[in-house]
Amino acid sequence: MDNPKIQINNLDLWYGDFQALKGVNTRFREKVITAIIGPSGCGKSTLLRVFNRMNDLAEGVKTTGEVVIDGQNIIAKGTDLVTLRKKVGMVFQRPNPFPLSIYENIVFGPRIYGETNRMKLEEMVENSLKSVLLWEELKNKLRKPALSLSLEQKQRLCIARLLAVRPDILLMDEPCSSLDPQATTRIEELMRELKVNYTIVIVTHNMQQAARISDETGFMLLGELIELGRTEELFTKPRDKRTEDYITGRYG
Amino acid sequence: MSNAERTQKIAFFFIFLAAFLIVVPVGLIVAIIIQKGLPAITWQFLTDVPRQGMRAGGIFPAIVGTVYLVIGAIIFALPIGVMAAIYLSEYARDNFLTRMIKLAIVNLAGVPSVVYGLFGLALFVVFFKFGASILSGSLTLGIMILPIIITTSREALESVPHSFREASCSLGASKWQTVRYIILPNSIAGILTGTILGIGRAAGETAPILFTVAAFYLPQLPQSIFDQAMALPYHLYVISTQVPNVDEKIRYGTALVLLALVLFMNLVAIIIRYKFRKQKKW
Repeated sequence: MDNPKIQINNLDLWYGDFQALKGVNTRFREKVITAIIGPSGCGKSTLLRVFNRMNDLAEGVKTTGEVVIDGQNIIAKGTDLVTLRKKVGMVFQRPNPFPLSIYENIVFGPRIYGETNRMKLEEMVENSLKSVLLWEELKNKLRKPALSLSLEQKQRLCIARLLAVRPDILLMDEPCSSLDPQATTRIEELMRELKVNYTIVIVTHNMQQAARISDETGFMLLGELIELGRTEELFTKPRDKRTEDYITGRYG
Repeated sequence: MSNAERTQKIAFFFIFLAAFLIVVPVGLIVAIIIQKGLPAITWQFLTDVPRQGMRAGGIFPAIVGTVYLVIGAIIFALPIGVMAAIYLSEYARDNFLTRMIKLAIVNLAGVPSVVYGLFGLALFVVFFKFGASILSGSLTLGIMILPIIITTSREALESVPHSFREASCSLGASKWQTVRYIILPNSIAGILTGTILGIGRAAGETAPILFTVAAFYLPQLPQSIFDQAMALPYHLYVISTQVPNVDEKIRYGTALVLLALVLFMNLVAIIIRYKFRKQKKW
């Protein structure tokens, strides 16, 4: 396969005694949108959270196998998590801006990495907000609290906050599930624009969304990655019976 | 009226009575102390030293002593308490050691205050040779209010939504940066509330300072942290039981000053908490 950005070999993951991921083998291509679909509890969010090691926040998680990003196995011991998370950013299900101003939210990441030059920070704020199409709306309100924004604006702000740390890979964990349909459409448009520069992996329980926006789709069931391939093929000619049953609505 | 309804009414009456009974002693204490103590409160009473064997004059040295002791206790207990709370809420994994620390905090909160006094005497006064001094008294009071500060700080830290931690962490912030820039600023009001409650407690206790700092009578104000000091609760004890023929007015006046100090602290805590709740939008 051409340019695998993320290569996964024999990935297993346990929460205590419960095995949440079972022998996952696949790769994610660079600068495309890959969607992961599957019923609730199939492990799709867990898989996403392997890529930036967010599972580490929970206790009793054990991961084995290999997840190679840009030639480096990121689940190996001694991986520099700060560097990893700078490269692999995440957008969450519920928009979670900090209770700070819009400006402070965006400069949070760069400041953490030691950027103190005000000109540079202001430039980053402008560029990030432009990338998520919020600049015109908010350029005169940068000192307003981020919590006063609408849900859609908050989610865009969270994406802007993420872009300000210049990641390569964007992980999106059901980023539209708390938004209304119009807002969802606009966020999806934004994702199409972002894939020119970023590798995007999105988890969604909305099959139509996966079909609309993704180039590749993976289907997960009970901790296994059943198949992953070009979105059109997966939805029209699934190789596995279980995938077909799911996309035709027999369960899920 | 059916039987069940009547039973319900009777039950309601008694449980209401039980709840209302709590108000009665508080109201009575405040009313009696104000009624009997207010006539004593004059500028001279608050700013003069005790005279004529503490039967006249004021209580200024006791007020100053209490303020010193409280400040000393906070200097000691606040940093340790907040750091311990941060460790317990952010870093500690659920293991034997953590459970033991938590158990120790619960037990520390349950230790009778006179035992703190004895402990302070043995450790600070005798063993460390600080003598009966503001330092010994402050440290003893500090240990006594540690559990209050730790418990309230922990609650404040843990009330910061998990999503903020996730967001901060996912942006590459280290745990410490997350604590420093996201969690602490959002829990400072709760920590402050706990601190003020601790101050109120430290200002009001007699037993912990009995053997560690409190002076029966001092003609001048303490000059250093190694001096003894008078303190309001102990002074009240002394003029109520140890000195004959003290005017009732002076005793109740002293009690009123102490009560006002503690209630004022609690009021400040309540106001901070109220403002914080109103601000909170998540």
